[in-house]
Amino acid sequence: MIKVENLVKEFGDFKAVDDVSFEVTAGEIFAFLGPNGAGKTTTIKMLTTLLKPTGGKIEIDGLDPARQANEARKRFGIVFQDPSLDQELTAYENMDLHGVLYHVPRKLRHERTEMLLKLFELWDRKDDFVKQFSGGMKRRLEIARGFLHTPKILFLDEPTLGLDPQSRNQLWTHVKNQNQAEHVTVFLTTHYMDEAEKVADRIAIIDHGKIVAQGSPNELKTQTSTDSLEEAYLSLTGSSIRDERADASDQMRQMARMWRK
Amino acid sequence: MIVASLGQPLLYLLVLGFGLGPVFQRAGNGSYIQFVAPGVIGMSVLFTSVFSGIGLLWDRQFGFLKETLVAPVPRVTVMVGKTLGGATVATIQGLIVLIICLVAGFRPINWVMVPIAILFMILTAVVFAGLGVAIGSRLQDIQGMQLIMNFVVLPIYFLSGALFPLTGLPTALGVITRMDPLTYGIDALRNLLIGTSEFTLLVSLIVLSGAALIFVAFGSYSFSKIQL
Repeated sequence: MIKVENLVKEFGDFKAVDDVSFEVTAGEIFAFLGPNGAGKTTTIKMLTTLLKPTGGKIEIDGLDPARQANEARKRFGIVFQDPSLDQELTAYENMDLHGVLYHVPRKLRHERTEMLLKLFELWDRKDDFVKQFSGGMKRRLEIARGFLHTPKILFLDEPTLGLDPQSRNQLWTHVKNQNQAEHVTVFLTTHYMDEAEKVADRIAIIDHGKIVAQGSPNELKTQTSTDSLEEAYLSLTGSSIRDERADASDQMRQMARMWRK
Repeated sequence: MIVASLGQPLLYLLVLGFGLGPVFQRAGNGSYIQFVAPGVIGMSVLFTSVFSGIGLLWDRQFGFLKETLVAPVPRVTVMVGKTLGGATVATIQGLIVLIICLVAGFRPINWVMVPIAILFMILTAVVFAGLGVAIGSRLQDIQGMQLIMNFVVLPIYFLSGALFPLTGLPTALGVITRMDPLTYGIDALRNLLIGTSEFTLLVSLIVLSGAALIFVAFGSYSFSKIQL
């Protein structure tokens, strides 16, 4: 479903993604793990047409996101690392706008919005403004929205960041259910190893822009002769702490947060 | 927001209109409030349309921009939609200011011309909403806003003849004002509302349409190049 060969992305003389290759088969839940600044989000941006790769080949359901952007965009849904809802609209309006953007026919749009909002337990709040929602509710709404146009692939970039264990649990249960019900391929990143271990069929670990290991959770544990995925992860990526450089948009986001409050 | 953004045009209209009125009259140019009203309408259209385009920055900020960028819709469509949306708000804003001008004592010479004047307001709004989107696509952070305000928006306003007549200007100023698209928008409004003008309506129409095409094309190009 997703095929990546020798993918490279350079920002100036910094190689964010360095010769990465992997493959995700249809219907699979694939976890992409790595420390901060390892290249996870950059890879997702290239897979989802937001960034142009410097080199290498990407196939999304047989399509090249750089050249057949619109066709490729129809095939996937994405939940970004930071929220991408329109705060000034209600939950239902956010879903509806998404459906219009993805050319989902009106009747089907209403049916699926209702089905998904009920599934993600947001139906009784559908007419409330998103700005009044809690972090967990916003995330659930974003994931429900990602499923609206029946994508073949769903990208989840750290969807559980900042959520309490209850919300995290519930969220993954919903994602797993949808994955089985509609055979959606799921590509996720997370920093919670227990989540990856529980949810993912296969895992790739990326560090300094290179993939250091790939396989099922059990294979990774055997490979590193450790008992848990967390230990396996630490033995593969080391335990030093990575500092990510804050860019202009991070600073802006911080400022906007001050303004909004 | 619409109410809040009425403050500035009101200040210009009332303070300049009544403050400079006596001097203007003594110089033999008639009523200043009649003269400045089209300029103030043009100003509010300019400000609202440019800033609606720069509003892209907020979409980028709050992440909503990404949702539209990964949608299977050509970027040009999104950009044109943004431009027309901004132009609609700006035109409504211009209409509200027109009504306020009427309350303050402004009287158009011929009411039949008002609908045509509105068409010119729409055209002016499209020109500057296109410019706004082009700027908004290129700006990375909020600090740039101040720069744009002082070096793009205010010069466009002050060099447009919104506040002074275009006849008898020093050569340099005369040349610069003729390169400012807003000059033609405001001149057309004056032509239709108070019957004095520097250019013919046809010239204004051609210049504004040309500017609209250039800015919308430039805006589309900038918008399609956005990478996150």
